[in-house]
Amino acid sequence: MMGLDPAGAEALRLSLRVAGLATVLALPVALGLAWLLARRDFPGKGLLNAAILLPLVLPPVVTGYLLLLAFGRTGPVGRALEAAFGLVLAFNWTGAVLAASVMALPLMVRALRLAFEAVPPGLEDAAATLGARPWSVFTTVTLPLIAPGVLAGAVLGFAKALGEFGATITFVAAIPGQTMTLPSAIYTELQVPGGEARAAVLTLWACAVAVLAVLASEWLARRMAARVAG
Amino acid sequence: MSLQVEIRHRQGDFTLDVAFHAPRGVTALFGRSGAGKSTVLNVVSGLLQPDQARITLDGAALERLAPHARRIGYVFQEARLFPHLSVAGNLDYGARYAQGAAGGIARDEVIALLGLETLLARRPAALSGGEAQRVALGRALLAQPRLLLMDEPLASLDAPRKAEILPYLEALKARAGLPILYVSHAMDEVARLADTLVLMRGGTVTAAGRLQDVLADPAAVPLVGVRDAGAVLDGVVQGQRDGLAQIAVGDALLHLPGVTAAPGARVRVRVLAQDVILARTRPTGISAQNVLHVTIRSVQMGDGPGAAVALDLSGALLLARVTARAVRELELREGMACFAVLKATSVAPMSIGS
Repeated sequence: MMGLDPAGAEALRLSLRVAGLATVLALPVALGLAWLLARRDFPGKGLLNAAILLPLVLPPVVTGYLLLLAFGRTGPVGRALEAAFGLVLAFNWTGAVLAASVMALPLMVRALRLAFEAVPPGLEDAAATLGARPWSVFTTVTLPLIAPGVLAGAVLGFAKALGEFGATITFVAAIPGQTMTLPSAIYTELQVPGGEARAAVLTLWACAVAVLAVLASEWLARRMAARVAG
Repeated sequence: MSLQVEIRHRQGDFTLDVAFHAPRGVTALFGRSGAGKSTVLNVVSGLLQPDQARITLDGAALERLAPHARRIGYVFQEARLFPHLSVAGNLDYGARYAQGAAGGIARDEVIALLGLETLLARRPAALSGGEAQRVALGRALLAQPRLLLMDEPLASLDAPRKAEILPYLEALKARAGLPILYVSHAMDEVARLADTLVLMRGGTVTAAGRLQDVLADPAAVPLVGVRDAGAVLDGVVQGQRDGLAQIAVGDALLHLPGVTAAPGARVRVRVLAQDVILARTRPTGISAQNVLHVTIRSVQMGDGPGAAVALDLSGALLLARVTARAVRELELREGMACFAVLKATSVAPMSIGS
Protein backbone atom coordinates (compact mmCIF):
# COMPACT_ATOMS: atom_id res chain seq x y z
CA MET A 1 0.00 0.00 0.00
CA MET A 2 1.10 3.54 -0.88
CA GLY A 3 4.61 2.51 -1.86
CA LEU A 4 5.20 0.44 1.29
CA ASP A 5 6.75 -2.98 0.78
CA PRO A 6 5.52 -5.78 3.09
CA ALA A 7 8.43 -5.26 5.50
CA GLY A 8 7.73 -1.53 5.69
CA ALA A 9 4.00 -2.15 6.27
CA GLU A 10 4.88 -4.58 9.03
CA ALA A 11 7.17 -1.98 10.68
CA LEU A 12 4.37 0.64 10.53
CA ARG A 13 1.80 -1.77 11.99
CA LEU A 14 4.20 -2.79 14.76
CA SER A 15 5.02 0.84 15.57
CA LEU A 16 1.34 1.79 15.87
CA ARG A 17 0.65 -1.28 18.04
CA VAL A 18 3.66 -0.67 20.31
CA ALA A 19 3.01 3.07 20.68
CA GLY A 20 -0.73 2.54 21.23
CA LEU A 21 -0.25 -0.17 23.82
CA ALA A 22 2.55 1.75 25.57
CA THR A 23 0.26 4.81 25.83
CA VAL A 24 -2.65 2.78 27.20
CA LEU A 25 -0.46 0.98 29.74
CA ALA A 26 1.55 4.01 30.87
CA LEU A 27 -1.43 6.39 31.19
CA PRO A 28 -2.97 4.91 34.39
CA VAL A 29 0.50 4.63 35.96
CA ALA A 30 1.24 8.24 35.02
CA LEU A 31 -2.16 9.29 36.40
CA GLY A 32 -1.41 7.66 39.76
CA LEU A 33 2.12 9.05 39.96
CA ALA A 34 1.02 12.55 38.93
CA TRP A 35 -1.71 12.48 41.59
CA LEU A 36 0.82 11.42 44.24
CA LEU A 37 3.24 14.18 43.24
CA ALA A 38 0.54 16.88 42.97
CA ARG A 39 -1.58 16.06 46.00
CA ARG A 40 0.41 14.16 48.61
CA ASP A 41 3.44 14.91 50.73
CA PHE A 42 5.57 11.95 51.76
CA PRO A 43 9.23 11.24 52.49
CA GLY A 44 11.15 10.42 49.33
CA LYS A 45 8.85 12.47 47.10
CA GLY A 46 11.80 14.29 45.53
CA LEU A 47 13.52 10.98 44.87
CA LEU A 48 10.43 9.51 43.20
CA ASN A 49 10.09 12.62 41.02
CA ALA A 50 13.75 12.34 39.98
CA ALA A 51 13.38 8.62 39.20
CA ILE A 52 10.36 9.31 36.97
CA LEU A 53 12.18 12.08 35.11
CA LEU A 54 15.38 10.05 34.68
CA PRO A 55 14.56 8.58 31.21
CA LEU A 56 14.03 12.15 30.00
CA VAL A 57 17.60 13.18 30.80
CA LEU A 58 19.55 9.90 30.43
CA PRO A 59 20.84 8.97 26.98
CA PRO A 60 18.15 6.58 25.63
CA VAL A 61 20.82 3.95 25.03
CA VAL A 62 21.62 4.00 28.76
CA THR A 63 17.93 3.55 29.61
CA GLY A 64 17.77 0.63 27.16
CA TYR A 65 20.83 -0.95 28.69
CA LEU A 66 19.44 -0.55 32.22
CA LEU A 67 16.20 -2.20 31.02
CA LEU A 68 18.24 -5.04 29.59
CA LEU A 69 20.07 -5.48 32.90
CA ALA A 70 16.82 -5.59 34.88
CA PHE A 71 14.38 -7.17 32.40
CA GLY A 72 16.73 -9.33 30.34
CA ARG A 73 16.28 -13.11 30.60
CA THR A 74 19.10 -13.23 33.17
CA GLY A 75 18.13 -9.99 34.92
CA PRO A 76 16.33 -10.24 38.29
CA VAL A 77 12.94 -8.92 37.09
CA GLY A 78 13.14 -10.64 33.70
CA ARG A 79 13.83 -14.02 35.30
CA ALA A 80 10.97 -13.62 37.76
CA LEU A 81 8.52 -12.59 35.00
CA GLU A 82 9.47 -15.56 32.83
CA ALA A 83 9.19 -17.99 35.74
CA ALA A 84 5.86 -16.63 36.93
CA PHE A 85 4.03 -15.76 33.69
CA GLY A 86 6.23 -17.11 30.90
CA LEU A 87 6.57 -13.48 29.80
CA VAL A 88 9.78 -12.69 27.91
CA LEU A 89 10.51 -9.01 27.26
CA ALA A 90 14.07 -8.87 25.93
CA PHE A 91 14.33 -9.04 22.13
CA ASN A 92 10.56 -9.36 21.92
CA TRP A 93 7.87 -6.89 20.79
CA THR A 94 6.52 -6.79 24.38
CA GLY A 95 9.91 -5.39 25.39
CA ALA A 96 9.48 -2.64 22.80
CA VAL A 97 6.21 -1.73 24.57
CA LEU A 98 8.04 -1.57 27.92
CA ALA A 99 10.84 0.59 26.48
CA ALA A 100 8.33 2.95 24.84
CA SER A 101 6.28 3.16 28.08
CA VAL A 102 9.32 4.01 30.19
CA MET A 103 10.38 6.72 27.76
CA ALA A 104 6.85 8.16 27.49
CA LEU A 105 6.11 8.13 31.24
CA PRO A 106 8.01 11.30 32.26
CA LEU A 107 6.25 13.41 29.63
CA MET A 108 2.83 12.05 30.66
CA VAL A 109 3.48 12.59 34.37
CA ARG A 110 4.53 16.19 33.77
CA ALA A 111 1.43 17.00 31.72
CA LEU A 112 -0.90 15.29 34.22
CA ARG A 113 0.75 16.84 37.26
CA LEU A 114 0.17 20.31 35.81
CA ALA A 115 -3.45 19.35 35.10
CA PHE A 116 -4.00 18.21 38.71
CA GLU A 117 -2.45 21.40 40.02
CA ALA A 118 -4.71 23.50 37.77
CA VAL A 119 -7.92 22.08 39.30
CA PRO A 120 -9.40 25.06 41.22
CA PRO A 121 -8.72 24.52 44.91
CA GLY A 122 -11.68 23.57 47.01
CA LEU A 123 -13.87 21.95 44.35
CA GLU A 124 -12.99 18.49 45.63
CA ASP A 125 -13.64 19.59 49.22
CA ALA A 126 -17.01 20.94 48.11
CA ALA A 127 -17.86 17.59 46.51
CA ALA A 128 -16.90 15.76 49.71
CA THR A 129 -19.24 17.93 51.81
CA LEU A 130 -22.01 17.05 49.33
CA GLY A 131 -21.61 13.40 50.29
CA ALA A 132 -19.27 12.10 47.58
CA ARG A 133 -16.74 9.49 48.67
CA PRO A 134 -13.08 10.07 47.68
CA TRP A 135 -13.30 7.78 44.64
CA SER A 136 -16.55 9.43 43.48
CA VAL A 137 -14.95 12.86 43.92
CA PHE A 138 -12.13 11.71 41.66
CA THR A 139 -14.35 10.32 38.92
CA THR A 140 -17.05 13.02 38.97
CA VAL A 141 -15.02 16.18 39.63
CA THR A 142 -11.26 15.69 39.28
CA LEU A 143 -11.21 13.52 36.18
CA PRO A 144 -13.59 15.65 34.07
CA LEU A 145 -11.61 18.75 35.00
CA ILE A 146 -8.20 17.27 34.11
CA ALA A 147 -9.50 15.59 30.92
CA PRO A 148 -7.73 18.09 28.62
CA GLY A 149 -4.49 17.42 30.51
CA VAL A 150 -5.02 13.65 30.20
CA LEU A 151 -5.46 14.06 26.46
CA ALA A 152 -2.36 16.23 26.18
CA GLY A 153 -0.37 13.68 28.19
CA ALA A 154 -1.62 10.80 26.05
CA VAL A 155 -0.74 12.59 22.80
CA LEU A 156 2.73 13.51 24.06
CA GLY A 157 3.27 9.95 25.28
CA PHE A 158 2.05 8.43 22.01
CA ALA A 159 4.33 10.70 19.98
CA LYS A 160 7.31 9.86 22.18
CA ALA A 161 6.55 6.12 21.99
CA LEU A 162 6.18 6.29 18.21
CA GLY A 163 9.53 8.00 17.80
CA GLU A 164 11.42 6.01 20.43
CA PHE A 165 14.61 4.53 18.97
CA GLY A 166 17.64 4.37 21.26
CA ALA A 167 16.22 2.49 24.23
CA THR A 168 14.21 0.19 21.98
CA ILE A 169 17.09 -0.86 19.74
CA THR A 170 19.32 -1.43 22.80
CA PHE A 171 16.75 -3.47 24.73
CA VAL A 172 15.04 -5.46 21.96
CA ALA A 173 17.26 -4.85 18.86
CA ALA A 174 15.56 -4.52 15.44
CA ILE A 175 14.33 -7.95 14.40
CA PRO A 176 12.17 -7.62 11.25
CA GLY A 177 8.55 -8.56 11.98
CA GLN A 178 9.19 -8.72 15.73
CA THR A 179 10.87 -5.63 17.10
CA MET A 180 11.62 -3.54 14.04
CA THR A 181 9.59 -0.37 14.55
CA LEU A 182 9.35 2.50 12.06
CA PRO A 183 12.39 4.44 13.33
CA SER A 184 14.61 1.36 13.45
CA ALA A 185 13.39 0.32 9.97
CA ILE A 186 14.34 3.76 8.60
CA TYR A 187 17.71 3.52 10.33
CA THR A 188 18.30 0.00 8.96
CA GLU A 189 17.37 1.00 5.37
CA LEU A 190 19.85 3.87 5.55
CA GLN A 191 22.61 1.40 6.43
CA VAL A 192 21.91 -0.64 3.25
CA PRO A 193 23.23 0.58 -0.14
CA GLY A 194 20.24 1.64 -2.29
CA GLY A 195 17.87 1.75 0.70
CA GLU A 196 17.28 5.53 0.53
CA ALA A 197 14.11 5.21 -1.56
CA ARG A 198 12.51 2.83 0.93
CA ALA A 199 13.68 5.03 3.83
CA ALA A 200 12.03 8.03 2.12
CA VAL A 201 8.67 6.21 1.83
CA LEU A 202 8.83 5.19 5.51
CA THR A 203 9.69 8.76 6.45
CA LEU A 204 6.63 10.06 4.57
CA TRP A 205 4.46 7.58 6.46
CA ALA A 206 5.97 8.63 9.79
CA CYS A 207 5.17 12.26 8.97
CA ALA A 208 1.59 11.37 7.96
CA VAL A 209 0.95 9.50 11.24
CA ALA A 210 2.38 12.38 13.27
CA VAL A 211 0.27 15.03 11.49
CA LEU A 212 -2.89 12.93 11.86
CA ALA A 213 -2.25 12.43 15.59
CA VAL A 214 -1.73 16.16 16.15
CA LEU A 215 -4.87 17.11 14.20
CA ALA A 216 -6.98 14.55 16.07
CA SER A 217 -5.74 15.73 19.46
CA GLU A 218 -6.32 19.40 18.59
CA TRP A 219 -9.90 18.61 17.61
CA LEU A 220 -10.50 16.61 20.80
CA ALA A 221 -8.85 19.29 22.97
CA ARG A 222 -11.12 22.01 21.54
CA ARG A 223 -14.22 19.93 22.27
CA MET A 224 -13.07 19.19 25.82
CA ALA A 225 -12.08 22.78 26.58
CA ALA A 226 -15.52 23.95 25.46
CA ARG A 227 -17.16 21.38 27.75
CA VAL A 228 -15.06 22.16 30.82
CA ALA A 229 -15.09 25.96 30.55
CA GLY A 230 -18.80 26.06 29.79
CA MET B 1 -31.62 20.10 66.63
CA SER B 2 -28.57 21.51 68.31
CA LEU B 3 -24.83 21.47 67.84
CA GLN B 4 -22.13 21.32 70.50
CA VAL B 5 -18.59 22.21 69.44
CA GLU B 6 -15.31 21.84 71.35
CA ILE B 7 -12.06 22.25 69.40
CA ARG B 8 -8.41 22.50 70.33
CA HIS B 9 -5.98 22.88 67.44
CA ARG B 10 -2.50 24.29 66.86
CA GLN B 11 -1.40 25.50 63.45
CA GLY B 12 2.03 27.12 63.45
CA ASP B 13 1.87 29.78 66.16
CA PHE B 14 -1.93 30.05 66.01
CA THR B 15 -3.90 28.18 68.64
CA LEU B 16 -7.61 27.58 68.33
CA ASP B 17 -9.34 26.76 71.59
CA VAL B 18 -13.11 27.12 71.42
CA ALA B 19 -16.25 25.64 72.91
CA PHE B 20 -19.77 26.81 72.12
CA HIS B 21 -23.33 25.67 71.68
CA ALA B 22 -25.39 26.35 68.55
CA PRO B 23 -29.13 25.79 69.00
CA ARG B 24 -31.67 25.64 66.18
CA GLY B 25 -31.63 28.76 64.05
CA VAL B 26 -28.70 30.87 62.87
CA THR B 27 -25.57 31.02 65.02
CA ALA B 28 -23.14 33.68 63.86
CA LEU B 29 -19.39 33.40 64.45
CA PHE B 30 -18.27 37.02 64.44
CA GLY B 31 -14.74 38.34 64.61
CA ARG B 32 -11.92 39.89 62.63
CA SER B 33 -10.01 37.92 60.03
CA GLY B 34 -7.56 35.63 61.75
CA ALA B 35 -9.90 34.98 64.69
CA GLY B 36 -10.23 31.33 63.65
CA LYS B 37 -13.83 31.42 62.40
CA SER B 38 -13.21 29.60 59.13
CA THR B 39 -11.00 27.07 60.90
CA VAL B 40 -13.98 26.20 63.11
CA LEU B 41 -16.13 25.54 60.02
CA ASN B 42 -13.40 23.42 58.41
CA VAL B 43 -13.11 21.30 61.54
CA VAL B 44 -16.89 20.91 61.92
CA SER B 45 -17.18 19.89 58.24
CA GLY B 46 -14.33 17.39 58.59
CA LEU B 47 -12.14 19.04 55.93
CA LEU B 48 -9.53 19.82 58.60
CA GLN B 49 -8.34 17.23 61.11
CA PRO B 50 -7.78 19.08 64.42
CA ASP B 51 -5.57 17.98 67.30
CA GLN B 52 -8.63 17.50 69.46
CA ALA B 53 -12.35 17.94 68.86
CA ARG B 54 -15.76 16.96 70.14
CA ILE B 55 -18.57 17.80 67.81
CA THR B 56 -22.00 16.51 68.65
CA LEU B 57 -25.16 17.06 66.66
CA ASP B 58 -28.27 16.04 68.61
CA GLY B 59 -26.10 13.88 70.83
CA ALA B 60 -24.41 12.00 67.96
CA ALA B 61 -20.63 12.36 67.69
CA LEU B 62 -19.40 13.62 64.33
CA GLU B 63 -15.67 14.12 64.84
CA ARG B 64 -14.65 10.64 63.73
CA LEU B 65 -16.68 10.63 60.52
CA ALA B 66 -15.19 11.41 57.09
CA PRO B 67 -16.50 14.64 55.51
CA HIS B 68 -18.77 12.81 53.04
CA ALA B 69 -20.44 10.88 55.86
CA ARG B 70 -21.25 13.92 58.04
CA ARG B 71 -24.14 15.28 55.95
CA ILE B 72 -23.14 18.87 56.62
CA GLY B 73 -23.86 21.46 53.93
CA TYR B 74 -21.04 23.95 53.36
CA VAL B 75 -21.45 27.21 51.45
CA PHE B 76 -18.00 28.67 50.84
CA GLN B 77 -17.03 32.29 50.36
CA GLU B 78 -16.38 31.60 46.68
CA ALA B 79 -19.30 29.55 45.38
CA ARG B 80 -17.10 26.63 44.29
CA LEU B 81 -19.56 25.49 41.62
CA PHE B 82 -18.40 22.66 39.36
CA PRO B 83 -17.39 24.40 36.10
CA HIS B 84 -17.99 21.32 33.95
CA LEU B 85 -21.65 21.06 34.99
CA SER B 86 -24.60 23.36 34.29
CA VAL B 87 -26.54 24.97 37.14
CA ALA B 88 -29.02 22.07 36.97
CA GLY B 89 -26.09 19.64 36.99
CA ASN B 90 -24.66 21.31 40.08
CA LEU B 91 -28.00 21.09 41.87
CA ASP B 92 -28.34 17.43 40.91
CA TYR B 93 -24.84 16.75 42.19
CA GLY B 94 -26.03 17.92 45.60
CA ALA B 95 -29.02 15.57 45.46
CA ARG B 96 -27.06 12.65 44.00
CA TYR B 97 -25.57 11.31 47.23
CA ALA B 98 -28.50 12.23 49.44
CA GLN B 99 -30.88 9.57 48.21
CA GLY B 100 -32.72 7.95 51.05
CA ALA B 101 -32.25 10.92 53.37
CA ALA B 102 -35.49 11.45 55.25
CA GLY B 103 -37.53 14.63 55.64
CA GLY B 104 -35.82 16.39 52.79
CA ILE B 105 -36.47 19.57 50.89
CA ALA B 106 -37.57 18.97 47.29
CA ARG B 107 -35.69 20.18 44.21
CA ASP B 108 -38.61 22.33 43.02
CA GLU B 109 -38.92 23.95 46.41
CA VAL B 110 -35.22 24.84 46.51
CA ILE B 111 -35.41 26.29 43.00
CA ALA B 112 -38.44 28.40 43.97
CA LEU B 113 -36.97 29.43 47.35
CA LEU B 114 -33.76 30.71 45.78
CA GLY B 115 -35.21 31.99 42.50
CA LEU B 116 -33.14 29.69 40.28
CA GLU B 117 -35.79 28.97 37.61
CA THR B 118 -34.16 31.01 34.85
CA LEU B 119 -30.59 29.93 35.64
CA LEU B 120 -30.90 26.15 35.30
CA ALA B 121 -29.43 25.78 31.79
CA ARG B 122 -26.56 28.19 32.38
CA ARG B 123 -22.93 27.37 33.04
CA PRO B 124 -21.34 28.63 36.31
CA ALA B 125 -18.97 30.86 34.29
CA ALA B 126 -22.00 32.80 33.02
CA LEU B 127 -23.39 33.60 36.49
CA SER B 128 -22.98 36.77 38.54
CA GLY B 129 -21.48 36.46 42.02
CA GLY B 130 -24.87 36.63 43.72
CA GLU B 131 -26.42 34.09 41.34
CA ALA B 132 -23.49 31.70 41.84
CA GLN B 133 -23.88 31.99 45.62
CA ARG B 134 -27.61 31.18 45.38
CA VAL B 135 -26.85 28.10 43.28
CA ALA B 136 -24.17 27.01 45.78
CA LEU B 137 -26.71 27.39 48.57
CA GLY B 138 -29.29 25.36 46.63
CA ARG B 139 -26.75 22.65 45.92
CA ALA B 140 -25.85 22.42 49.61
CA LEU B 141 -29.55 22.25 50.61
CA LEU B 142 -30.28 19.43 48.14
CA ALA B 143 -27.66 17.28 49.83
CA GLN B 144 -30.24 17.25 52.67
CA PRO B 145 -27.79 18.39 55.34
CA ARG B 146 -28.39 18.10 59.07
CA LEU B 147 -26.39 21.29 59.60
CA LEU B 148 -25.51 24.17 57.30
CA LEU B 149 -22.16 25.98 57.39
CA MET B 150 -21.81 29.34 55.66
CA ASP B 151 -18.38 30.96 55.42
CA GLU B 152 -18.86 34.67 54.63
CA PRO B 153 -21.16 33.85 51.72
CA LEU B 154 -21.73 37.55 51.02
CA ALA B 155 -18.19 38.84 51.54
CA SER B 156 -17.23 38.72 47.87
CA LEU B 157 -20.40 40.55 46.77
CA ASP B 158 -20.98 44.29 46.39
CA ALA B 159 -23.74 46.00 48.35
CA PRO B 160 -26.55 45.64 45.73
CA ARG B 161 -25.80 41.89 45.31
CA LYS B 162 -25.79 41.52 49.09
CA ALA B 163 -29.16 43.20 49.31
CA GLU B 164 -30.38 40.84 46.59
CA ILE B 165 -29.35 37.66 48.40
CA LEU B 166 -30.21 38.57 52.01
CA PRO B 167 -33.97 38.03 51.55
CA TYR B 168 -33.22 34.53 50.25
CA LEU B 169 -31.18 33.79 53.38
CA GLU B 170 -34.05 35.02 55.53
CA ALA B 171 -36.49 32.81 53.62
CA LEU B 172 -34.13 29.88 54.08
CA LYS B 173 -33.83 30.56 57.78
CA ALA B 174 -37.62 30.56 58.09
CA ARG B 175 -37.96 27.38 56.03
CA ALA B 176 -35.10 25.22 57.22
CA GLY B 177 -35.40 23.59 60.60
CA LEU B 178 -31.68 22.95 60.78
CA PRO B 179 -28.97 24.78 62.70
CA ILE B 180 -26.90 27.17 60.59
CA LEU B 181 -23.36 28.24 61.49
CA TYR B 182 -22.76 31.58 59.80
CA VAL B 183 -19.29 33.11 59.72
CA SER B 184 -19.06 36.83 59.11
CA HIS B 185 -17.13 39.96 59.92
CA ALA B 186 -20.01 42.23 58.86
CA MET B 187 -22.19 43.09 61.87
CA ASP B 188 -25.10 44.38 59.74
CA GLU B 189 -25.53 40.90 58.23
CA VAL B 190 -25.16 39.22 61.60
CA ALA B 191 -27.65 41.52 63.32
CA ARG B 192 -30.14 40.84 60.58
CA LEU B 193 -29.84 37.05 60.39
CA ALA B 194 -28.50 35.57 63.60
CA ASP B 195 -30.34 34.24 66.63
CA THR B 196 -27.23 33.27 68.55
CA LEU B 197 -23.96 35.17 68.52
CA VAL B 198 -20.48 33.80 69.23
CA LEU B 199 -17.78 36.46 69.37
CA MET B 200 -14.28 35.25 68.55
CA ARG B 201 -10.85 36.81 68.83
CA GLY B 202 -7.39 35.28 68.49
CA GLY B 203 -8.66 31.70 68.41
CA THR B 204 -10.88 31.92 71.49
CA VAL B 205 -14.54 32.65 72.21
CA THR B 206 -14.83 35.99 74.01
CA ALA B 207 -18.63 36.04 74.41
CA ALA B 208 -21.55 33.84 73.37
CA GLY B 209 -25.28 33.75 73.85
CA ARG B 210 -28.59 35.03 72.49
CA LEU B 211 -27.82 37.76 69.90
CA GLN B 212 -29.89 40.41 71.69
CA ASP B 213 -28.23 39.67 75.04
CA VAL B 214 -24.66 39.67 73.73
CA LEU B 215 -25.10 42.86 71.73
CA ALA B 216 -26.72 44.70 74.66
CA ASP B 217 -23.88 43.78 77.02
CA PRO B 218 -21.61 46.83 77.61
CA ALA B 219 -18.68 44.45 78.14
CA ALA B 220 -19.06 43.31 74.51
CA VAL B 221 -18.50 46.81 73.08
CA PRO B 222 -14.70 46.45 72.75
CA LEU B 223 -15.18 42.92 71.37
CA VAL B 224 -17.65 43.96 68.69
CA GLY B 225 -15.85 47.24 67.98
CA VAL B 226 -17.13 50.68 68.97
CA ARG B 227 -18.47 51.45 65.51
CA ASP B 228 -20.48 48.22 65.25
CA ALA B 229 -21.67 48.06 68.87
CA GLY B 230 -25.40 48.42 69.33
CA ALA B 231 -28.44 46.60 70.61
CA VAL B 232 -30.94 44.72 68.47
CA LEU B 233 -34.61 45.16 69.45
CA ASP B 234 -37.52 42.95 68.46
CA GLY B 235 -40.64 44.95 67.71
CA VAL B 236 -44.08 44.72 66.13
CA VAL B 237 -45.27 47.19 63.50
CA GLN B 238 -48.36 49.08 64.73
CA GLY B 239 -49.03 51.36 61.79
CA GLN B 240 -47.72 54.19 59.65
CA ARG B 241 -47.99 57.96 60.16
CA ASP B 242 -46.27 60.84 58.34
CA GLY B 243 -44.04 58.36 56.56
CA LEU B 244 -42.85 56.90 59.83
CA ALA B 245 -43.69 53.43 61.05
CA GLN B 246 -44.73 53.01 64.65
CA ILE B 247 -43.00 50.00 66.14
CA ALA B 248 -43.90 48.67 69.56
CA VAL B 249 -41.03 47.36 71.67
CA GLY B 250 -42.66 46.21 74.89
CA ASP B 251 -44.65 49.22 76.10
CA ALA B 252 -42.40 51.68 74.30
CA LEU B 253 -43.13 53.03 70.83
CA LEU B 254 -40.45 53.81 68.22
CA HIS B 255 -41.07 56.04 65.19
CA LEU B 256 -38.85 55.00 62.28
CA PRO B 257 -38.72 55.66 58.55
CA GLY B 258 -38.14 53.06 55.86
CA VAL B 259 -40.22 50.26 57.33
CA THR B 260 -42.74 49.08 54.77
CA ALA B 261 -43.96 45.99 56.65
CA ALA B 262 -47.69 45.73 57.30
CA PRO B 263 -49.15 46.25 60.77
CA GLY B 264 -48.64 43.15 62.90
CA ALA B 265 -45.34 42.23 61.22
CA ARG B 266 -42.40 41.46 63.47
CA VAL B 267 -39.31 43.50 62.71
CA ARG B 268 -35.81 43.67 64.06
CA VAL B 269 -34.33 47.09 64.78
CA ARG B 270 -30.63 47.63 65.23
CA VAL B 271 -29.80 50.76 67.25
CA LEU B 272 -26.11 51.63 67.11
CA ALA B 273 -24.76 52.59 70.53
CA GLN B 274 -23.11 55.71 69.11
CA ASP B 275 -26.51 56.97 67.83
CA VAL B 276 -28.10 57.03 71.31
CA ILE B 277 -28.02 60.28 73.33
CA LEU B 278 -28.78 60.24 77.08
CA ALA B 279 -30.61 62.99 79.00
CA ARG B 280 -31.43 63.27 82.72
CA THR B 281 -34.63 65.19 82.01
CA ARG B 282 -37.05 64.89 79.10
CA PRO B 283 -35.67 67.17 76.39
CA THR B 284 -38.16 69.57 74.82
CA GLY B 285 -38.11 71.45 71.53
CA ILE B 286 -35.97 68.79 69.92
CA SER B 287 -36.18 67.45 66.38
CA ALA B 288 -35.41 63.83 67.32
CA GLN B 289 -38.60 61.78 66.99
CA ASN B 290 -37.75 59.15 69.60
CA VAL B 291 -37.40 60.15 73.22
CA LEU B 292 -37.62 56.97 75.27
CA HIS B 293 -38.01 56.50 78.97
CA VAL B 294 -35.29 54.07 80.10
CA THR B 295 -33.60 52.79 83.26
CA ILE B 296 -29.83 52.39 83.51
CA ARG B 297 -28.84 48.77 84.12
CA SER B 298 -25.09 49.22 84.20
CA VAL B 299 -22.30 51.60 83.27
CA GLN B 300 -19.04 50.32 81.86
CA MET B 301 -16.12 52.75 81.62
CA GLY B 302 -13.91 52.11 78.58
CA ASP B 303 -10.13 52.31 78.38
CA GLY B 304 -10.28 55.55 76.40
CA PRO B 305 -12.61 58.55 76.73
CA GLY B 306 -15.73 56.46 76.06
CA ALA B 307 -18.21 54.61 78.25
CA ALA B 308 -20.93 52.08 77.46
CA VAL B 309 -24.29 52.36 79.22
CA ALA B 310 -26.78 49.48 79.24
CA LEU B 311 -30.40 50.58 79.31
CA ASP B 312 -33.70 48.87 80.06
CA LEU B 313 -36.42 49.89 77.60
CA SER B 314 -39.60 48.34 79.01
CA GLY B 315 -37.92 44.95 79.26
CA ALA B 316 -35.83 45.18 76.10
CA LEU B 317 -32.14 46.00 76.20
CA LEU B 318 -30.64 49.11 74.64
CA LEU B 319 -27.01 50.20 74.56
CA ALA B 320 -25.62 53.73 74.52
CA ARG B 321 -22.07 54.87 73.98
CA VAL B 322 -21.29 58.23 75.57
CA THR B 323 -18.16 59.96 76.83
CA ALA B 324 -16.76 59.21 80.26
CA ARG B 325 -17.05 62.94 80.99
CA ALA B 326 -20.80 62.81 80.26
CA VAL B 327 -21.13 59.91 82.70
CA ARG B 328 -19.42 62.02 85.41
CA GLU B 329 -21.28 65.25 84.65
CA LEU B 330 -24.72 63.62 84.49
CA GLU B 331 -23.80 61.33 87.41
CA LEU B 332 -25.14 58.35 85.50
CA ARG B 333 -25.32 55.19 87.59
CA GLU B 334 -27.14 51.92 87.85
CA GLY B 335 -30.87 52.08 88.59
CA MET B 336 -31.22 55.71 87.50
CA ALA B 337 -34.19 56.63 85.28
CA CYS B 338 -33.34 58.81 82.28
CA PHE B 339 -34.22 59.47 78.64
CA ALA B 340 -32.64 57.94 75.54
CA VAL B 341 -32.87 60.12 72.45
CA LEU B 342 -32.47 58.70 68.99
CA LYS B 343 -32.76 60.36 65.66
CA ALA B 344 -35.35 58.55 63.53
CA THR B 345 -33.23 58.58 60.38
CA SER B 346 -30.16 57.09 62.04
CA VAL B 347 -31.81 53.78 62.81
CA ALA B 348 -31.57 50.93 60.32
CA PRO B 349 -34.59 48.68 60.67
CA MET B 350 -34.41 45.17 59.34
CA SER B 351 -37.34 43.00 58.64
CA ILE B 352 -37.36 39.55 60.09
CA GLY B 353 -39.67 36.64 59.47
CA SER B 354 -42.23 35.97 62.16
